[in-house]
Amino acid sequence: MTALVKKRAGLGSILGQAAILAFGVAAPFLFPAYTFQIAMLWIMILFALTWDIMGGQMGYNSLGNILFFGAGMYISAVVQIGIVYDVAEYTAAFGAIKIDFTEAQYYIGFALGIVAAAVGCTLFAAIFGSMVFGLRGPYFAIGTLGVAIAAGELVGGWDYVGGGSGISMPVFPGDVEPRALFFYFLCFISALATFVFLRWVYSGRFKTTINAIRDDEEKAEAMGIHTTRYKIVAWGIAAFFLGISGAIFGNMIGFIEPLEVAFPTVTLGIFMVVMSLLGGKGTLWGPVLGATLFHLLKEVTWIYLLGWQWVALGTLIIVNVVFFQQGILGWAQDKWPQFFGIVVDEKLSAQGAAAREAAE
Amino acid sequence: MWDNISLLVIAPLLNVQLLMDGVLIGAIFALAAYGLALVWGVTNVKNLAQGDFVIMGGYIAYVFTTLGIHPILALPVAMVLMFGFGWIIYRLIIAHVIERDLFTSLLATFGLALVIQQTLNLIFGPDVQIAESGFDILFLFGGQVTLAEIKLVALVLAGLLAAMIVIFMKTSRMGQAIRATAQNARAAKIMGIDTDRVYAFTFAMNAAICGAAGVLISMIWVIQPFFGISYSIRSFVIVTAAGLGNLPGVIIAGLGLGAAEQFSGFVLGAEFQQATVVGLLVLVLMYRQIQMRRQRRVVS
Amino acid sequence: MTDMIEVSGVSKHYGGVIANNQISLNVPSGRITGLIGPNGSGKTTLFNSIVGFHPIDEGSITFEGQEISKMRVPQIARLGLLRTFQQTRIYGKMNCMDNMMISVPQRHMPLMRMFKKFPAETLERAESILEFVGLYQKRLLPAGSLSFGQQKLLEFAMALINEPKILLLDEPTAGINPTLINGLIDRLRRANEDFGITLFVIEHNMRVIMNLADNIYCLAHGEMLAHGKPDEIQNDKRVIDAYLGAH
Ligand SMILES: Nc1ncnc2c1ncn2[C@@H]1O[C@H](COP(=O)(O)OP(=O)(O)OP(=O)(O)O)[C@@H](O)[C@H]1O
Ligand SMILES: [Mg+2]
Repeated sequence: MTALVKKRAGLGSILGQAAILAFGVAAPFLFPAYTFQIAMLWIMILFALTWDIMGGQMGYNSLGNILFFGAGMYISAVVQIGIVYDVAEYTAAFGAIKIDFTEAQYYIGFALGIVAAAVGCTLFAAIFGSMVFGLRGPYFAIGTLGVAIAAGELVGGWDYVGGGSGISMPVFPGDVEPRALFFYFLCFISALATFVFLRWVYSGRFKTTINAIRDDEEKAEAMGIHTTRYKIVAWGIAAFFLGISGAIFGNMIGFIEPLEVAFPTVTLGIFMVVMSLLGGKGTLWGPVLGATLFHLLKEVTWIYLLGWQWVALGTLIIVNVVFFQQGILGWAQDKWPQFFGIVVDEKLSAQGAAAREAAE
Repeated sequence: MWDNISLLVIAPLLNVQLLMDGVLIGAIFALAAYGLALVWGVTNVKNLAQGDFVIMGGYIAYVFTTLGIHPILALPVAMVLMFGFGWIIYRLIIAHVIERDLFTSLLATFGLALVIQQTLNLIFGPDVQIAESGFDILFLFGGQVTLAEIKLVALVLAGLLAAMIVIFMKTSRMGQAIRATAQNARAAKIMGIDTDRVYAFTFAMNAAICGAAGVLISMIWVIQPFFGISYSIRSFVIVTAAGLGNLPGVIIAGLGLGAAEQFSGFVLGAEFQQATVVGLLVLVLMYRQIQMRRQRRVVS
Repeated sequence: MTDMIEVSGVSKHYGGVIANNQISLNVPSGRITGLIGPNGSGKTTLFNSIVGFHPIDEGSITFEGQEISKMRVPQIARLGLLRTFQQTRIYGKMNCMDNMMISVPQRHMPLMRMFKKFPAETLERAESILEFVGLYQKRLLPAGSLSFGQQKLLEFAMALINEPKILLLDEPTAGINPTLINGLIDRLRRANEDFGITLFVIEHNMRVIMNLADNIYCLAHGEMLAHGKPDEIQNDKRVIDAYLGAH
């Protein structure tokens, strides 16, 4: 019976993935007016998925993951500008200098920027990880929040990257429409890559182990698990994809600055957490679901709330956390465990039992 | 930066000025931090809306000035109002998260912080405000060091308040119940203490303390709807450095933080003040980790 | 006969309570050593000191000649020194097989292996160990739904798959149905003989420990009271006094 349920769930999952894939490819052509919003949806999904690696699967609730988004954005900006011009001079001019990037310069610079952002952020994760992985629970949350806020403040005071007044990004060599499509697909592909990668790493030893760290880290240590190594790798994966998304987002927006765009700790940085919780943390699909719902809700209701959006958002966080913490998928999992491959009755495993007991 | 440091060497009285300003403001930090430690110790809730409670108190004083009433008179009113507000928040939110894991309370109070700051922003706008107290400015050392009288008044009031809290905790029935609950909630319950009421009272009292701190802040410094988070972080820095249930430690750490901020603001520039606070938080946490690692433990 | 663990002059206090005072003992390799003592005599504290759970005040602890009193829990565990908890600790939300998988040793694990799936022979081995402790039929159930005694067995199985050199067991028979205790004694002995794991066992059940151990240490009030063969301990007046509370 369980096998059948599992098979059905597997089929549902495959159909769901195919539908999402089809939507992702067709969306900008079906709803050209909403290309940017849908691109943002993919970024939100990426946010929620990467937050959930640590927060949901490993039980380390970071409030500072936005750090890697901003760092990726700035790393990529410096690389992209740096390959053709002196960065300090460029930022000192506050946008007065307009560089004409050739098409090749633009794309090569962008590609290099993305790679540098991904690698750089992964390194950052290892460095910051060694600073905060001795912290548990609330200290970890507050410590990471502190690091992210500090990063925003420091970048804001760093003239080389333009300080508080930011950097104008290289201009896309093309029209408005191809530009929108170009960035749309970058967002889509990066979210897709994140999902596929996570589905793969969640299928084996990695997931079991980080779940063990979440459920009882002391026991995991007592069994000799390389807990620090797993933590660094988990955060590194999150940082890798967040860095990429930062690089893409910075170019898509066209202008970056530290507090609102690159390190928005209390907006995007918290959205990540809320989206994961809403959909159901510690599951693969939960963050996807949560991000989609959250983004839809936000985009649809935002303008009707007449300035009270943020208050509504705060209330949503409270209600979500206090009254519905298991999230949608967590709730479903409690209700119908057999759909999630959890064995509840003993019949299946007990079949061979009778014979063995008789033999004993 | 080096210019500013050499200035401190050339004009030693500047140090006096910065130290004095720092200590005076630090006393109020310590007050808010004490409230945080109190709630933390008794209910194990880490209140991330702590700073927003402070700012709320500040706006109550500000409203008083707009009505033409002296802001000092707002002190008891703010405490009463914030006590009631704290009680309601306890019933609505905190009571539901108290038994849950720590991140729940952290995130719930974070949501609360968001609601408070945005509501304040909608009501009062994003401008920086001050509750004008009309006190004079003293000139010390032949006019080289200035000291606003209101800062002294605030220091005295903060001290009085702290003394009152200590006496309350030592002598009153509720104070004893709070301390018993902090030590062992289960035992306290068995002894017949209504722990739920104790939690509610503690949380409400913390809100009242924050409200008072906010009134003082609004008179000697400035308030703004979004300044709350830095007071929350300050409180965390102080409590993490001093440890729970360590009032002298909280006071010293509070004064030290105040002074550190003034000096770094002077040396690095005012825009680095917030960075200093979070920088100190990270430093304190790292120091605690190293300390704990030596004991084969972690910071939790 | 070499000693696997050597504890010499180890003290540990909690606030004013001296839980261990100048404890010295040796755990010979390949054998089963017992540790007994009345409630609160400091047995679990000593275990915690050995496995690196907390710092010790003074003294030295070596494992196969290597000083481990400054090392941290996972490092010590990876050396092959493992413990089970008095308050059994298993992963309640995961099923028994996953509990076993987590416990697969990571001593020389290459970095990239963390992304791999578990190989078939590991799964088979986990199943055979679960069979060995009598939990095969329950292998797909969430571990939290097992009875307390079964959870103890699962924790024992998790320790076995980790292939430790020595296993420190904190009251393995506590909470186990008396009719099953003989089976458990048998399994412990087979873990020692067939798997070659040295055992160091805290036990309150005198019948069990006298049956099982080759030599026994007895603690009382944080002090080492006596040491000897089971029959010596059984007839030691100090030990009897300590247990009868005439101390
Ligand atoms: N974490 C702790 N903090 C304070 N005191 C402790 C702590 N752990 C143990 N103790 C004290 O140390 C002494 C020894 O405790 P321990 O747990 O080692 O005893 P034990 O021999 O294992 O007892 P039992 O047979 O009941 O398990 C006891 O007096 C106990 O109260
Ligand atoms: Mg014990």
